[in-house]
Amino acid sequence: MPLIDRFAPTKGERLEILGADGHLVRPELEPSLPPESLKRLYALMVATRLGDQKALNLQRQGRLGTFASSRGHEACQVGTAFGLRPAEDWVFPYFRDFGLYLTLGYPLDDFYHYWMGHEAGLRTPEGLNLFSFAIPVGSQILHAAGAGMAADILGKKIAVVTTFGDGATSEGDFHEGLNFAGVFRTPNVFVCYNNQWAISTPRRRQTASPTIAQKAAAYGFPGLAVDGNDVLAVFSAVSEALDRARSGGGPTLIEAETYRMGDHTTADDARKYRPEGEVKDWESRDPILRFQAYIRDKGLWDETFETDVKEKAASDIEKAVAEAESRPAATPEDVFAHTFKEMTPRLRDELAELRETHEEAGR
Amino acid sequence: MKMTMVQALNQALAQEMARDPRVVVLGEDVGRDGGVFRVTEGLIDRYGERRVFDTPLAESGIIGISVGMAALGLKPVAEIQFMGFIYPAFNQILSHVARLRNRTRGRFTAPLVIRTPYGAGVRALEHHSESTEAFFCHIPGLTVVVPSSPAEAKGLLTASIRSEDPVVFLEPSRLYRAEKEEVPDGDFEIPLRQARVVREGKDVTAVGWGAMIPAILKAAEEAESSGLSVEAVDLRTLTPFDEETILASVKKTGRAVIVHEAPKNAGLGAEISAVIAEKALLSLEAPVLRVTGYDITPPLPKTEDYYYVGPERILRGIRRLMEF
Repeated sequence: MPLIDRFAPTKGERLEILGADGHLVRPELEPSLPPESLKRLYALMVATRLGDQKALNLQRQGRLGTFASSRGHEACQVGTAFGLRPAEDWVFPYFRDFGLYLTLGYPLDDFYHYWMGHEAGLRTPEGLNLFSFAIPVGSQILHAAGAGMAADILGKKIAVVTTFGDGATSEGDFHEGLNFAGVFRTPNVFVCYNNQWAISTPRRRQTASPTIAQKAAAYGFPGLAVDGNDVLAVFSAVSEALDRARSGGGPTLIEAETYRMGDHTTADDARKYRPEGEVKDWESRDPILRFQAYIRDKGLWDETFETDVKEKAASDIEKAVAEAESRPAATPEDVFAHTFKEMTPRLRDELAELRETHEEAGR
Repeated sequence: MKMTMVQALNQALAQEMARDPRVVVLGEDVGRDGGVFRVTEGLIDRYGERRVFDTPLAESGIIGISVGMAALGLKPVAEIQFMGFIYPAFNQILSHVARLRNRTRGRFTAPLVIRTPYGAGVRALEHHSESTEAFFCHIPGLTVVVPSSPAEAKGLLTASIRSEDPVVFLEPSRLYRAEKEEVPDGDFEIPLRQARVVREGKDVTAVGWGAMIPAILKAAEEAESSGLSVEAVDLRTLTPFDEETILASVKKTGRAVIVHEAPKNAGLGAEISAVIAEKALLSLEAPVLRVTGYDITPPLPKTEDYYYVGPERILRGIRRLMEF
């Protein structure tokens, strides 16, 4: 029986495979992943945590701009991306999605380069169908629905995934995107990382609906709530939805319940509006530690493995940061050149004026 | 008392809420968090959750809800967290807020205030640096106001809240904490639609608003050291704007440079320039010049300065006018 028929969000049911301590609570639902995949899942989550922390450190040192931390979202992000085929499927992410970027193979140096304040870092490499993330909240949901319609029109048997937070479900674009998806029965997987907070606004102030997952019913397609700190649950739910999408079964909404362990961004201070106890409570459900306990039970984790994973991640991160920092800033021409396919006479004049101003100032 | 623009805006809101029980404050994170820039700090404690409240994350919702509130006589002061996120609400602003008075022959109005921070210069993420005041200036029935200092901010926000027409109140984020200034403690209102001559001069008139005013003043000081006398005009209300003050100044100086951070193409500078051409052509010693942002998306922080309209570029413009 598919997961969407087993767990009814209206009855408060949600998919959990690992318990809070990381041991299997639903052994019959355990996905059959080979040991190498399990180890890779773990390594990706650890790399996400470390790479995210690196960005926060760089920000504090003034080497990186305002940054939206993914701390706590590792299972959501890695679990969502892990079953994707990024050369065929399409992904429309949002601005808090580092683990998804990492899992899909987005160059780490480009990722840092962008957050350091350079447009060039946002250019997705050829062959990777990862749309550049949206900052205006929820606006990417429509793009994903449109891409889903295009896949149908073009006869592609692919899935289109989009991610967003709980706050985004209050935007009109969420309604419109899911409505199009329902009407046109698009191959979409809508993944909401419900991290309980949209800056200072708690989830209960976004919607009076008991769950976000149940909103899918009103659009005529299934919704499934999952424990977003359980990477096996996220991966299983998304995998099933991807299969359904690729085989013409229509869209799915997945609500992955997690917690924003950090501030909204480095410009925010969450201590002002949320109780410290709540953060502590969620710390005890850390997605990485839970999964670590699971693979340790399977004999796949020991201290040596842990050290190897961390050292490899740290070395990749250091290399990427050094590379990103060594790149020159954009030239004045770069800043003008991408406004249109070709520069207009007006833009040429303005570029010339900028250069003259710089010359006069002796730059 | 000396205060920052953030503090001055906060004081204006607090005093108007005390004076008029119809004033309500709504928006994303305006309650417990006090707004991401802290402009609404403490208001929820003083006036309660029925008058100061966090909304769901929905900009069209915030403005549409405010129209309904205004219909029943409340005076909503709605915050849009950044101007770059106002566009989902554009339909409500254009189709309802601005034209309600006209289409109901005055039976219904929506005299709300829409506050939002805007502009470059704070090393922000994408969508946080644009200056798109011209979109709003183009809409009949809307008043667009921009303060250029803490005292100006208090006086103009007070007047905006008291206005019987809807006001889009744009707050230059670069000036939020840039300087402290003496701000009158009590009731303090600066009339809308009146420009201010910030600095008198006789050779060139420089018209600007918001964060461009400090830049113009700096350029004017430098110009003075080479013997040029610049008159600076702070437009304050961008639409409907005070033609009289601009024309009087241009007729005196014979030269005009319009300075704005927004892109040049179809920016407000074009409108001001056209008014000068229409009504003061024979007083001009040189063509009206615009010194503006370039017609590009504001670059990310590492090259943000390429976009910057600062004293250097304004001074170049002033010299060009004098050399004509």
